[in-house]
Amino acid sequence: MIRINGLYKDFGENHVLRGITNQIKKGEVVVVIGPSGSGKSTFLRCINLLEMPTAGEIIFEGQSITDPKIDINKIRTKLGMVFQQFNLFPHKTVVENIMISPILVKKVSKEAAYQKAVSLLNRVGLPEKENAYPSSLSGGQQQRIAIARALAMEPDVMLFDEPTSALDPEMVGEVLGVMKQLVIEGMTMVIVSHEMGFAREVGDRILFMDEGQISEEGPPDQLFNHPRNPRTRDFLSKVL
Amino acid sequence: MDFSFASTYMPMFFSGIKLTLLISVIAIVLATVVGILVYVLKTSRLSIGKIYPLRMLAFAFIEMMRGTPVLLQILVAYVLVSMSPNSSSLPSNMVAMIASIAAISLNSSVYIAEIVRAGIQSVPHGQMEAARSLGMTHFLAMKEIIMPQAIKNILPAIGNEFVAVIKGSSMAYVLGIAELTFTAKVVQGATYKGLEPLLISAMFYLVLTFSLGRLIGWAERRMKASDSH
Repeated sequence: MIRINGLYKDFGENHVLRGITNQIKKGEVVVVIGPSGSGKSTFLRCINLLEMPTAGEIIFEGQSITDPKIDINKIRTKLGMVFQQFNLFPHKTVVENIMISPILVKKVSKEAAYQKAVSLLNRVGLPEKENAYPSSLSGGQQQRIAIARALAMEPDVMLFDEPTSALDPEMVGEVLGVMKQLVIEGMTMVIVSHEMGFAREVGDRILFMDEGQISEEGPPDQLFNHPRNPRTRDFLSKVL
Repeated sequence: MDFSFASTYMPMFFSGIKLTLLISVIAIVLATVVGILVYVLKTSRLSIGKIYPLRMLAFAFIEMMRGTPVLLQILVAYVLVSMSPNSSSLPSNMVAMIASIAAISLNSSVYIAEIVRAGIQSVPHGQMEAARSLGMTHFLAMKEIIMPQAIKNILPAIGNEFVAVIKGSSMAYVLGIAELTFTAKVVQGATYKGLEPLLISAMFYLVLTFSLGRLIGWAERRMKASDSH
């Protein structure tokens, strides 16, 4: 579904990604872990071109999205993204946050967008917050709305950029719960996370990133219990 | 002090207020439109090699408008408008109106461009990213997500600029436009009173600027509604 070939990203003199090649299959849940500054978030943000790669190619559903001629806005509708800082639109109500893009970008009718928003609110367990403004919600609630907003575009892949890192510990569970539901429904997901327990539980494959490269990958059991790379072992010994 | 003449000349003051308001309102609208345009030029990505022609144009315009007196700009505008081919068919006070509105609004636009820039930068970058990640174009994200939030942030500064435009409109009096300041001068001449006519005009300016301040304050509170609950 997504093929990444030789991805490089520099920020000036800072070489953040140094040649990443990987493939994400339909329905797969890939969790990216690694020390901070290893390029995990940059890698994720390159997948929907929030960061323009310096070199390399990303092929999504058979189309090279790094091709300058491609209509990236169209591609992005199929790549839902959830941010660490939620980034809900503060001047719009919860339901408006969810409806705005389907209406303006996909030209869905207001009626249909509203029906969809209500069903998504039920799905993330916040039906009563329809007309609330984001500032009145807790972090966990905001993040669940952000997930609903991304799902409203009916994406083929969901990208999560440290979705629970900005949350108080007691709110992590509710967000992970919604994500787990998505996993059960068979959504293709790429998750950058520090939640090792969650990674082990839902990940089909774990990528360990270090200094801009994927230095080890494998199913959770292998990566967490029998890491081969000394860097992985070192990292896991610090976080587990 | 003797204000006994005031009631006789009140109609003159009122028509002065009308002209002051007319100049100010048109100038504010034009300044906002041109100001946004200047901002767009100033941040344009269009480049020929390492040269950004639109940015250079905006830079030159901004420096010129900020670096020379408004009064002089009004005088220059008057000469330029008079020189334009169809101006001879216009009444001369119309030429003066066009010139002063043009000069005041172009001058104000460069300050508004700066206010707009600050307002847009005050919106967290994540807002643009979230909008783009949902498939919105840059333009749509600006219009629907960034600008509504930016406007809320810049309302106080914009209010100040609008007040400055109202006060600046008094300079149209050098072209003989019978706005509030000019009216004061006329009444001075007719009544042989030095101070009182000026004070009456000053009071009317205060009423205008104070009410505009309240209006902006009210708009601000309304827009904050989404933050508070």
